[in-house]
Amino acid sequence: MRRPSDLGAARRSRAGSAGVADGTGGPPGEADPWPIFRVMAEDGSADPAAVTLADAELKELYRRMVFSRQLDERMIALQRQGRIGFYIGAIGEEATVLGTAAAMEPADWIFPCYREHAAALLRGMPLPVFLAQMLGNAGDLQFGRQMPCHEAWAPGHFTSISAPIGTQIPQAVGAAWASRIRKEPMVSLVYFGEGATSSNDFHTGLNFAGVHKVPTVFACRNNGWAISLPREKQTASETIAQKAVAYGIAGERVDGNDLLAVHAATRRARARAAAGEGPTLLECVTYRLEGHSTSDDPKAYRPSEAVEPWRKKDPIPRLRAHLAGRGLHSDAEEAALQAEVKEEIQKAVRDAEAHAAKPPLESMFEGVYAEMLWQQREQLEEVRAAVAADPRTADPRHHGS
Amino acid sequence: MPTFNIIQAVNDALRLEMRRDPSVVVLGEDVGRFGGVFRATSGLFEEFGPDRAIDTPLAESGIIGTALGMALNGLRPVPEIQFADFIFPAMDQIVSEVAKYRYRSGGQYACPMVIRSPYGGGIRGGSYHSQSPETHFIHTAGLKVVVPATPEDAKGLLLAAIRDPDPVLFLEPKRVYRAAKGEVPEGEHVVPLGQARVTRAGHQVTLIAWGAMWHEADLAAREAEAEGIDTEVLDLRTLQPLDVEAVVRSVTKTGRAVVVHEAPRTCGFGAELAALIQERCFLHLEAPVARVTGFDTPFPYTLENEYLPRAPRILKALRETVAY
Ligand SMILES: Cc1ncc(C[n+]2csc(CCOP(=O)(O)OP(=O)(O)O)c2C)c(N)n1
Repeated sequence: MRRPSDLGAARRSRAGSAGVADGTGGPPGEADPWPIFRVMAEDGSADPAAVTLADAELKELYRRMVFSRQLDERMIALQRQGRIGFYIGAIGEEATVLGTAAAMEPADWIFPCYREHAAALLRGMPLPVFLAQMLGNAGDLQFGRQMPCHEAWAPGHFTSISAPIGTQIPQAVGAAWASRIRKEPMVSLVYFGEGATSSNDFHTGLNFAGVHKVPTVFACRNNGWAISLPREKQTASETIAQKAVAYGIAGERVDGNDLLAVHAATRRARARAAAGEGPTLLECVTYRLEGHSTSDDPKAYRPSEAVEPWRKKDPIPRLRAHLAGRGLHSDAEEAALQAEVKEEIQKAVRDAEAHAAKPPLESMFEGVYAEMLWQQREQLEEVRAAVAADPRTADPRHHGS
Repeated sequence: MPTFNIIQAVNDALRLEMRRDPSVVVLGEDVGRFGGVFRATSGLFEEFGPDRAIDTPLAESGIIGTALGMALNGLRPVPEIQFADFIFPAMDQIVSEVAKYRYRSGGQYACPMVIRSPYGGGIRGGSYHSQSPETHFIHTAGLKVVVPATPEDAKGLLLAAIRDPDPVLFLEPKRVYRAAKGEVPEGEHVVPLGQARVTRAGHQVTLIAWGAMWHEADLAAREAEAEGIDTEVLDLRTLQPLDVEAVVRSVTKTGRAVVVHEAPRTCGFGAELAALIQERCFLHLEAPVARVTGFDTPFPYTLENEYLPRAPRILKALRETVAY
């Protein structure tokens, strides 16, 4: 495999760092052209010179990974109890989500897919506000207009999640392009799964960004699965990262369960983008340890034996071992952290559930346009009168069949 | 006052607004250095440079998707879709994203933009350079849809659309792009969205049209006059938000309505107008609402004159509606 010489940037910067490029999967006897960049061994050990995070930052990110895991588990439980309608989380992908997001600057914009709730919280979205979105109740900033896990947090430049796969990719390019036109130093970060790399908008977004050297970091969470479809049925390319070559942009593969590697690689990609050297496609190799969402049962298509090796590579114990090895984290601290996080989530769930169950009726019609048109005004009156005349109008238990 | 055709009027509006507001950018296929295949963005690249008159790669979802990102981040993009027939690759971005962004984010974000696109038949363009796709977008809550018929309105409505807080689809009638000429006020000239225009007063029948078909309607009304039929002609100008009051006012007065559009009949905007008229003017109606439209076929090449609702078919509908 040949790469254009101007794509050497990624490799050169990697060679300059102290991490290791750990080749896997290349043909025997040949150097793997797309080795996986790794800083932390699976036992948590790492060359201190390769660590791009200060101790306090690292501990904070560990706390956020633990938080993300507990939040996901709690939300899945709430969904099973019928308290929220749906959930989709990032169990197993915490290092990918937090390592990338934490490597960006506060003014940078994040264009999420739908698993990056930890990034929304990192950007300052208050947990009870996030949870009100899960509930779609009167506390939801979006007035219950979207399914759970479709949050937005504009104060933290975390954009609005939608369901159609891939649409956020060219949008992230446009936002960064706008900043460049205005000569503001913003780099956008956009998330998507490896399934999305088959979408039109993946191609379009990378192509536009490549031609115009737009400062965007494309973060692919290659978690092995797109619902039931395994990675190898998604594309005949050996790697996702190599797709960068066709767009004339930098590409890099990184161990997505290695927070240190993800962070370091994202810093490099961000630096290139900010320096006007163009976008990077970052393939974070990770694994979806649970079902696609609460609507999915992976037993139908994925034997649990396939998951076992990846459970051993769980990014959270790995970072914990790293911290412990450096004397930054004790068992007592771990117990306290777990208890503290649990308490915080429990309290926030209580706070979020305290809101009225439904946003006001007019919120269904507001915000379609900056101001309601006559149609929304008339239809609001119509539904208001219908509910007043017969309260069963709003009762989900009253339905046919 | 200068006399402009519609392309010149559009170009004038874009230049004025780009001078007035540094956040306005145009982008699309061939819109930059070349100035657009219809020359609507001519001279903008020279005056405003490649960052504001942007040549993009050939992908409509990319044009609209990147425009959306720009709009979120403070620019006022005016993306061009080279022909309305080619808007469908951007359908997902327009329908799933642009139209819903403000609503779904609870107003945390908005993406005002004006998607300009030449539309319509009668130029020997066949199935892929002739269509009138307005209904798809009127049916999508969150979008406004504007269709000027004259150079004066093209300028005034485009300025209003660019300043509007909501995303607007601005369909330009390419059949009369150059043929429709008229005096256009210099400098600031804003025609508010959502206001229809009575272009001919009458008391016997209301003839409703927009865009290129307004010119056919106007011709039919003049021919009808020679036969003693007194027609009121309404140019809707904005389809969403529809000036429903103007429609109701006129039909209440005349008791008869004929709606003209070049898009296929079934589920065309004429169906919506007919429904609104019967809901709101029922006791005033003297005849069924007639529709003179394109047919339920792909747009034909050789038989395009038979397909289009041109003046003779409109005149026939006027006669029948008045005689009913
Ligand atoms: C355009 C579109 N088609 C289908 C779906 C249904 N769908 C939701 S998620 C998903 C799989 C996505 O896989 P991937 O991009 O790898 O992301 P992951 O869920 O693994 O993080 C599918 C098919 C959708 N949301 N949008």
